[in-house]
Amino acid sequence: MPLRIVMAKVGLDGHDRGVKVVARALRDAGFEVIYTGLRQTPEMVVDAAIQEDAQVIGLSLHSGAHMTLIPAVVDELKRKGAEDIMVFGGGIIPEEDIVELKRLGVAEIFPPGSGLQQIVDFLRERFPEEAAAPA
Amino acid sequence: MPTADGHLARVLADFRAGKVRGLARAITLVERRDPLTRQLFEALGPPAKSPLVIGLTGSPGTGKSTLGDAIVALSRKAGLSVAVLAVDPNSPFTGGAVFGDRIRMQRHALDPGVYIRSMGARGHLGGLSVASREAVRLLAAYGFDLIILETVGVGQSELEVAGIADTTVVVMAPGLGDGVQMIKAGIMEIADIFVVNKADLPGYERTMQEIRSMQNMGPKLAWKPPIVATVAARGEGVAELKQAVERHQAHLAASGEGKERRRRRLEEEAADLVAEWSRVAARKLVQEDPKLRRRLENEQAPYGVAEAILKEQGARLVPGVSSKEKPK
Repeated sequence: MPLRIVMAKVGLDGHDRGVKVVARALRDAGFEVIYTGLRQTPEMVVDAAIQEDAQVIGLSLHSGAHMTLIPAVVDELKRKGAEDIMVFGGGIIPEEDIVELKRLGVAEIFPPGSGLQQIVDFLRERFPEEAAAPA
Repeated sequence: MPTADGHLARVLADFRAGKVRGLARAITLVERRDPLTRQLFEALGPPAKSPLVIGLTGSPGTGKSTLGDAIVALSRKAGLSVAVLAVDPNSPFTGGAVFGDRIRMQRHALDPGVYIRSMGARGHLGGLSVASREAVRLLAAYGFDLIILETVGVGQSELEVAGIADTTVVVMAPGLGDGVQMIKAGIMEIADIFVVNKADLPGYERTMQEIRSMQNMGPKLAWKPPIVATVAARGEGVAELKQAVERHQAHLAASGEGKERRRRRLEEEAADLVAEWSRVAARKLVQEDPKLRRRLENEQAPYGVAEAILKEQGARLVPGVSSKEKPK
């Protein structure tokens, strides 16, 4: 059973090239990516992840609202009793915010310059069973 | 790691309590062909009511998801709860996939009366996944009024949807083929209803005309599939489609064909299950038994070994039946 990942853009941010490149790379790594599109609210993302029984949520933010929106997704997961779903993020996010987001329960943040393989390796390490490299 | 029984108990409790998570996890169980599937269905029993299952199939890009979205919107106005099962292909090279059907259905994202699930075909070739039929049954048990089953974008011979849906809608768009395409065997034969979507594009009348003339060449049928023109992106023609579905349902009920289809469906499902169970068990047996492997090599043909496995293993091919247990 491949790892299932909901990829989303939350908030008012139309820059979706990055998230599509990552979605494509995760597909090529053998994962099932559910792309939900632009302008999602935290609630929409969490509902999608629950309906799709995804193990992971990947968020992309370039709007500067990451300190509001990413914790809102983590909180919404707690509210729905789904905190076992892992959250990671990517985008223009400064180092000090990354530390704070991780403290709040985000598994990892990939700032600009991160390699696609880094994201794949990170997921393989966290989900050794579902995310094994294709034979 | 929770025990298997503990996991099943939690899934069942959530499912019965009407929690989406229970439904979602139950679908994952059937999707990964988990041995718990059988216990799951035995615990759930037959569904209290049977929902309407509409199958949407057609070539890639004809607008199946958009049409599905429009049907959801219309059905929600009528107060029906709706589940959408959208099947998309996985990469044959990596097994990975990107599912985008939710993008077309974003407006229903926060509606608790709508459940959307993307499903990978996982290399299965009939337009659906191996688990689609069981997923539909779970959605029925959960209590949805309407289930929309959307196939991968199909060519001509991915016909499985007709074996699951009550009403199969073949979605076409202008400019995708001529009259010869129309008389080929396959997908054109499974339609209960034809939709010519994107009817705001030039050439849609011609497509409708070609379907019509194909129908006129054939024998007279008890049910002549109606042809509905839609512009799904604007919701146009969807009310007509709904009426056509209702007429088809009335026909199935009045003619007894609905009952006949349900009977055939169960027969087919039992046969498929025999095939799946035996295939899984036989693969393992051949891998583990050097005698069988040697025989295959000597005979260079599969028939003797296949017969031997079926004759000697019998009941032991059923998952969960121990190999030490005596077959009856």
